[in-house]
Amino acid sequence: MTKTLTHLKRLEAESIQIMREVAAEAENPVMLYSVGKDSAVMLHVAMKAFYPSKPPFPLLHVDTTWKFREMIEFRDNMAKDLGLELLVHINEEGVKAGVSPFTHGSAQHTDIMKTQALKAALDKYGFDAAFGGARRDEEKSRAKERVFSFRSAQHRWDPKNQRPELWNLYNARKNPGESIRVFPMSNWTELDIWQYIHLENIPIPSLYLSKKRPVVERDGQLFMVDDDRMPLNEGEEPMMKPVRFRTLGCYPLTGAVESEADTLEDVIQEMLLTTSSERQGRVIDHDSAASMEKKKQEGYF
Amino acid sequence: MAHQSDLIAEDITAYLKAQEEKSMLRFITCGSVDDGKSTLIGRLLYDSKLIFEDQLSALEADSKKMGTQGQEIDFALLVDGLAAEREQGITIDVAYRFFSTDKRKFIVADTPGHEQYTRNMATGASTADVAILLIDARRGVLTQTRRHSFICSLLGIKRIVLAVNKMDLVDYNQDVLNEIDADYRTFAKDFGFAEITTIPLSALKGDNIIEKSDATPWYDGPSLMHYLETVQVGDARQAADFRLPVQWVNRPNLDFRGFSGTVASGTIKVGDPIKALPSAQESRVKSIVTYDGDLEEAVAGEAITLTLEDEIDISRGDVIAAKDHPPEVADQFEAKIIWMHDDAMLPGRPYLFKTANKTIPGSVTDLKHKINVNTLAKTAAKKLELNEIGVCNIGLDSRIAFDAYGDNKETGAFIIIDRLTNTTVGVGMIDFALRRASNIHWQALDVDKSARADQKHQRPAVLWFTGLSGSGKSTIANIVEKRLFARGRHTYTLDGDNVRHGLNQDLGFTDADRVENIRRVGEVAKLMVDAGLMVMTSFISPFRAERRMVHDLMAEGEFIEVFVDTPIEVCAERDPKGLYKKAKAGEIKNFTGFDSPYEEPERAAIHVKTAEADAEACADQIIEYLEQHGYLNANGGNRD
Ligand SMILES: Nc1nc2c(ncn2[C@@H]2O[C@H](COP(=O)(O)OP(=O)(O)O)[C@@H](O)[C@H]2O)c(=O)[nH]1
Repeated sequence: MTKTLTHLKRLEAESIQIMREVAAEAENPVMLYSVGKDSAVMLHVAMKAFYPSKPPFPLLHVDTTWKFREMIEFRDNMAKDLGLELLVHINEEGVKAGVSPFTHGSAQHTDIMKTQALKAALDKYGFDAAFGGARRDEEKSRAKERVFSFRSAQHRWDPKNQRPELWNLYNARKNPGESIRVFPMSNWTELDIWQYIHLENIPIPSLYLSKKRPVVERDGQLFMVDDDRMPLNEGEEPMMKPVRFRTLGCYPLTGAVESEADTLEDVIQEMLLTTSSERQGRVIDHDSAASMEKKKQEGYF
Repeated sequence: MAHQSDLIAEDITAYLKAQEEKSMLRFITCGSVDDGKSTLIGRLLYDSKLIFEDQLSALEADSKKMGTQGQEIDFALLVDGLAAEREQGITIDVAYRFFSTDKRKFIVADTPGHEQYTRNMATGASTADVAILLIDARRGVLTQTRRHSFICSLLGIKRIVLAVNKMDLVDYNQDVLNEIDADYRTFAKDFGFAEITTIPLSALKGDNIIEKSDATPWYDGPSLMHYLETVQVGDARQAADFRLPVQWVNRPNLDFRGFSGTVASGTIKVGDPIKALPSAQESRVKSIVTYDGDLEEAVAGEAITLTLEDEIDISRGDVIAAKDHPPEVADQFEAKIIWMHDDAMLPGRPYLFKTANKTIPGSVTDLKHKINVNTLAKTAAKKLELNEIGVCNIGLDSRIAFDAYGDNKETGAFIIIDRLTNTTVGVGMIDFALRRASNIHWQALDVDKSARADQKHQRPAVLWFTGLSGSGKSTIANIVEKRLFARGRHTYTLDGDNVRHGLNQDLGFTDADRVENIRRVGEVAKLMVDAGLMVMTSFISPFRAERRMVHDLMAEGEFIEVFVDTPIEVCAERDPKGLYKKAKAGEIKNFTGFDSPYEEPERAAIHVKTAEADAEACADQIIEYLEQHGYLNANGGNRD
């Protein structure tokens, strides 16, 4: 009798296969952990992939120092509960120079505190393979992305020099200095992620669920006042509104949506009935005309 | 992301429960430019309502702006997000699209453009369960259709949807469909498809895409979506014999040793007898471990960790298989290769071959013929260029467990990696193992140095041992030869014993004679390298200039100087032939180290010190050098 694997089982098995392959072939892999829902799923799958061993790599979080406070707390608890090594990297020079989304704008802030910081962290620890939670369905232009994405010693992505990927046979061999970004969740969609979180009861930060939070409205978007570093405009008063977040990042750059959905089911329901795509809440996408390709060539994940 | 189900709004928990039981289907769409591929995929995405309103309004605006469909929506724009990349010269081999209905999640491999078509389509087809072949109803079965069908069949796709598109332009005429259907079946009969389903469509108008269309009342088959939602897949893979290519050995502590991997085919239960390949050791399954608890049974596609009753030695790349139905084990086989790189494939050139979890050096020993993708004609060839397909014999440095690709994709496929650049240059599908006797077809190649070397599956070279009399040259050379011989290498040792008595019996020990002695030995060694042998020479060869001369006779990398470094006191003490005694007594003249100089090598490739290590250890050092420098793993000669 044929036992049919569900689509989530197939996706999970595919991600596990990719993770095991990297663990077997890379010398010094790391998992980029961004604390969001995709990272939550990726980490959960990693726990499965190597069980009863622990994942044979540490987690790396590039902390821009502007993440939601809850994310940091959640991150530390996750690493502790799962017994995994967590590396946190902060671009201290950026901190000293006072880089913030308010003073430098979102693009420059992201570049210095995230993109540059990520490269520095990978170099510092000599990681030769880094797992990321990006998905092909996130954007039209990601549809063609490889699972194994090769970067030069300068972390540049050379679009003309990527390898064909057939079956599940990944070529993980690198030239000296090269590193690989590996996307084990490439074939998951946003809906798959949510369904899997629901099915597997995966912990996620409560920021994804609605709660009354102090927010201000700017350019038609709601931003949460997560701490007192947020400069308020003349006469601007944070208002308490029931909001949740569809993606998590730096709080001054992450738009909230007004919602009453305070359970996971409600969130999924709202998402299924909703009418705007996930990336809308991300300021970085609107911020510059530069395409994703350009950002990637420069090393933005 | 408005899904159609009413349950979403009414009972989200019930909806999620149902969704979590969905299965998945991967398919590829193949068509020539303008057959309507983008329109069809866009339509499937749109009709499964996996489109957000912001995307939809952008789509409507774009459609009006482009004006391709008047005031109507142009669905093709939904998937055509890659124009900018194409302009930047970014290679897009395949774009993957996702949509889902209440029954299934779908992954569509969309292979744009026709340059690089073979490579792209093969990539998309490698993971597809089903192929949709698009045909323009006005044009019928074309050359491209043959090409698409051939690649699908090559990659082992068994189920084909013949999507006859643009039926609106032929007035939904049943005869047109029947004719195309009949044409195609005749022409596809040799492709080995298990099932061909012909569906009349209009991607533009939406006929027979989701619902059966009123425009084709005569058509009694399924709509495309109905077919995709219900077609049975994965059953063949589960029915096949059990295979688990070991991906990672799981050792959290000393008490647990598990073998992690994804079940490639078949099913496995606790207690089942297994055989590990290539070692052929047997055991039984003790447990099937997963994070979600131990399983009684696992099936193809599941990622698991097996523990066994017995402690047998299994490592990454080995295959755990059903005891009574193991895969074949061989180091030579015939395979079909699709070349994917600008630098052509050359028979004899060393490459790396990666099969399920195992990477092994080897080479194409013979390119039997290539196959024209459009005509299927077979033609003789000396190399395979980008996008060409060839039938080849392959020789690997060690044996692997495998199945014919036709029986098992997971254990019959491999990729080919360039050893210098590390890029993937080709892919292959194994047909069958070769018996040694039947695999040597040299007529295509000139019999030259590399052909001879390839035939012996080795890289010829001279290991030139130099050192004082009694330093240990012959002893070490002897051990090294035995080791190489044991590894199946073809070897020969030249030393004083077999040269001085014959070839060089006219020579004495003056400086001039010593030079001539070395010159002759050098020339003979060169001939032997030309014959494809690994040659050891064991001569004092005291002068740098002569060693240099021999070095210069050989091609790059063929001369390996081994300095057997032993202090003269030690040599004199060993004095195996009593020569030092005689030299001391003045009975021999021109004895190296006494009244004739020994010029130590300045940059010997290998420097062994016999006063510090015994002969076996020195031989180890030499073998290690050979391994590290690719003299022992290269399967095939020095064609590059
Ligand atoms: N009349 C008609 N036109 C179609 C149909 N499907 C696609 N087309 C048109 O054929 C042209 C090429 O379609 P497109 O989807 O871009 O083809 P692709 O190159 O295969 O992706 C476009 O003008 C489409 O509108 C169909 O079923 N009927």
